[in-house]
Parts: sequence; C-alpha cells; structure tokens
Amino acid sequence: MPNDNWTPDQPLVSIKDVRKSFGSLEVLKGVSLDVMKGEVICIIGPSGSGKSTLIRCINALNDIQAGSITVEGQEVHTEKLDKLELRKKVGMVFQQYNLFPHKTALENVMMAPIKVLRKSKAEAEQTARALIKKVRLDGKEGAYPGELSGGQQQRVAIARSLAMNPDVMLFDEVTAALDPETVKEVLVTIKDLAQEGMTCILVTHEMGFAREIADHIYFTDRGVIVEHGPPATFFDNAQDPRTKEFLSQIL
Amino acid sequence: MIRTPAKTNLPVMLPYDPTGRVAADPIMFSRWLASMPIWVLPMMAACLVLWPAIAHAASNYSYGQATSALFKWMPFIVLDGFLLNVVISLFTMIFGTFFGVLLGLGQISPAGWIRIPAKIFTQVFRNSPWLVLLFVVLLALPFEITIGGVIISIPDWTKAVFGLSLPVMANISEVVRGAINSVPSGQWEAAESLAYSRRQTLWLIILPQCFKRMIPPWMNWYAILTMATPLCSLLGVEEIITLSRQAIEAEDNHPELLVPFFGFALLIFFAYCYPIARWTVRLERRFQVKL
Repeated sequence: MPNDNWTPDQPLVSIKDVRKSFGSLEVLKGVSLDVMKGEVICIIGPSGSGKSTLIRCINALNDIQAGSITVEGQEVHTEKLDKLELRKKVGMVFQQYNLFPHKTALENVMMAPIKVLRKSKAEAEQTARALIKKVRLDGKEGAYPGELSGGQQQRVAIARSLAMNPDVMLFDEVTAALDPETVKEVLVTIKDLAQEGMTCILVTHEMGFAREIADHIYFTDRGVIVEHGPPATFFDNAQDPRTKEFLSQIL
Repeated sequence: MIRTPAKTNLPVMLPYDPTGRVAADPIMFSRWLASMPIWVLPMMAACLVLWPAIAHAASNYSYGQATSALFKWMPFIVLDGFLLNVVISLFTMIFGTFFGVLLGLGQISPAGWIRIPAKIFTQVFRNSPWLVLLFVVLLALPFEITIGGVIISIPDWTKAVFGLSLPVMANISEVVRGAINSVPSGQWEAAESLAYSRRQTLWLIILPQCFKRMIPPWMNWYAILTMATPLCSLLGVEEIITLSRQAIEAEDNHPELLVPFFGFALLIFFAYCYPIARWTVRLERRFQVKL
C-alpha cells in the first residue's frame, strides 16, 4: 500500500490533471489542487462548472478518465482500491441531506459505526449522542428525519458523517436546498468543525462564508480552475476576467 | 379503467416515463375491484336468488328445486372446493413471493451473469398466458415419483401451485425491482459514502424503505391470483368450479342449475377478494404520503 509512505506534511488530498467525462461531455478538463491536513478550501464557480463532480471523485462516487487523485497517499482511481477503506477516511455531506428516513436521528448517526466500523453499540451510542449535542440538536435524538427541518436534517447528516471519524470532510453545496433562515445554523456547525482543525473541502455558493472560513479559494469554470488564492487576495484582487465577472454578479 | 375518483377537475401532470408511456398503475386491479360500491355484493346475491324466479317460472324444473339443490351442495362446494382454492392461492403466494423476491433482487444485481438471466426469466413468465404455464407444468411433471421403491403420488393441486407460482413469481419480481428503483439514488450514495458495503446498503438502508411500498402491489397480486385459481379446474383439480360441475351433473344436469351454481362461485370469490382490494387501496393511500 502506497499510503505507508504518506506523512502529514504531504497533501492529504492531492488532485492532479483530473479529466472526467459523462459520455461525450467533458466536465473536468485537467484540474489540479492540493489540500493539506487541517486546511479548509472552498470551491466556487458557476453552475455546471464541475465543482460537485470534482468532489464526488474524491470519494470515488464518480470515476475519472485521466489524471490521479490521492487521499493520504493512496491512489483513489485504481482497480485495487479498497473503496470501503477510502470512505472511512472521507466523510461526505450532500445537498439533499440523504438521511435514512426509516431511522431516527440517533440511529442515523450510530448505525454506520456499528455496522461498518464494528464498534460496540454502547460506544457508538455514546459517540452519536455527543455528536448530536455538538451539532446542537440534543433532544432530537429520537426524531425521524421527516420530523426535522432542513437545517436540522443537514446537521444530523454532518453528525452522521463525523461519527465515522473521517480525516477529511466533503461538503457538496450543503446549504443550497435550505431555507434562508436555517442556512446559518448549518454554516455555524461547519465553522466549528473547521476551527477544530478538520480538513474540509466545500463546494458552496455562500461567498461571505467562504471568505470567512476558507484558507484557500478555488474558482472553477467550464471544467478548469481559472484562479485560486487565499480569500483576501481572491475576493479583493481577482485577476482573471471570468472570475471578475462571476464575482461582480454575485457580490 | 377506474382510478381514484378525482377530487377536482384541475388538469394534472401524470408521472413522467421516459419511454413515453403513462406510468403503469401497480395496483390497477385492486383499484378497479375496490372501486365497486359495497352494495354490489348484496346486489349480486339478490340477482342470484331472483334470476331463476324470473327466467324459469314456467320451466318444469322449478326455482325452488334449483335453490334447494344449491343449498344442499353448498357445504361441499365451499368446504371442499373453495377452501382448496384458498389453499392453492396461499401456497402459490408463499412460493411466488419467495422466488419472486430472489428474482427481483437478481434483477438489480451488478453482476451481469445474475442480472440478465433474472431479467429474461422475469419477462418470460410475466408475459406467458397463465393457462399455458399450468398445462406445461401439468404435463411436464410426473403424476407420481418413486423414491427407493416407495411410490409417492403428486396430487394435481400441488402441480397447480407450481404452475401458478411461475407467473406470480415473475410479477413479484417486478414489484421488488420497481420498489427498489423507486428509492432515491441519494440513499445509495449516502450509504456508499459512509462505507457501507453494497449488501449492507441493500439490506439495512434500501429494502427496509421498500417494504411498505411493496405491500399494496403484493396484495394486488394476491387478489389477481385468487381470481385465477379456477383455471386449475381445467387440470382436473377438485376446486370450486370442478366441484360445482360435479354437483350439477349429480343433479341431472338441468341447465337451470348453471346460473345458481356458477353465480354462487362468482359471489364467493367476490366476497373474498373485495375486502382485500379495499384494504390494498387503503394501504396504498396511507403509504403514499410518507417517503
């Protein structure tokens, strides 16, 4: 296993010249980026620019046609990849929450540690309760997803992902489906995580939020990274005309 | 086709089907049956009682005689005949469900060598006439087998169970496949990203969500199957229709006996299946709302 050679001073996630097509439509045309441990990066850009596809490639939900992605030194897109091992390291939160509707909030959070990580029920439950408290949903342990608001469901989804104790978290437009008044509670949760040192890769349309928490911003358009930099430089001193146009439209 | 009565006359958009057809209603039969008002049952009984009085008042074989013949044979027809229909339908449903679920899971298998045969199997038996399947099974299976010198005869009705199980199995297979496919793909992705294996995803996440959706179409198939059990009379199985015919013959084959006897068979099937259909439609409505 190549990840024996990996040390924390190397990029936790490294993406090199990734190309991805759906049929004849090429959505990623050579994308490269590195994420160090503890770093928070935001990927922004217009719809259809390949942001979500890119982060879905990181935990092998999508395959790629060319290039390489490594997580802790382990190549993701090879035949001999142990997908389950990869996904234990990479947590993911979706736009549509995708909680399991037939399970309570607590069960949603504690099920994977029991079934996948083979933890004892008591241990998993203790962790799950702590995580639900951490996302500020104590008291909602017994509620089914259908009984929770969008923002609450999304926070359960974050707790569910954290219960696997991942090394990096992927957030795929997690606030895009939420009511405006519940967006903030989810963002606060993510911010807490980022401040605790969790490595986070976010696809987001929340520019203010990106500016506040990101260490590095990547702007993608039509399958390529047009521009990237620390938030201050990126937002105040964009160089590329496409970036400028995008920022002028949304800021 | 009678669907749920419309509450408004507003135009509605039917479920989208990429092949251009209007999506099939999985419980169409039950909806049709359940759409009948409750008074159909006493109406049918009344027709049965009154018909001979009107049609054959002048005949030398009287209404009273036909009715008393029916009453005389009723315990035999119901307890020996209809009960066998019920037994056949229950056994068929057990086998059909068991193998249908296996076949349905086979249809969504990622392994082509399981999926393709499962799909072919399903389509072949789903689209074959039930009677043809019954005859094939009847003629293909021996009427007795010899194991170590002991002759075990295979009763006709078990062959009928086998023959009816085939189309039921194929249709349950489609019910299972349809229910699994109706779970949003986000559920699969969420489970995958939590490192559940495919098998765990299916058994812990997807199937528990399908279970409720499968109950109404499953019950719908039970009602259809029960209605189809008289086909077995063509194989000589001693179920309600065969026994009714025997009873009519024993009563000297008066044509006046046909309507009371077969009308009674109709009535008893209706009385058995109608509540099932009503219940199916109720459950379908209840399960529809929640995801």
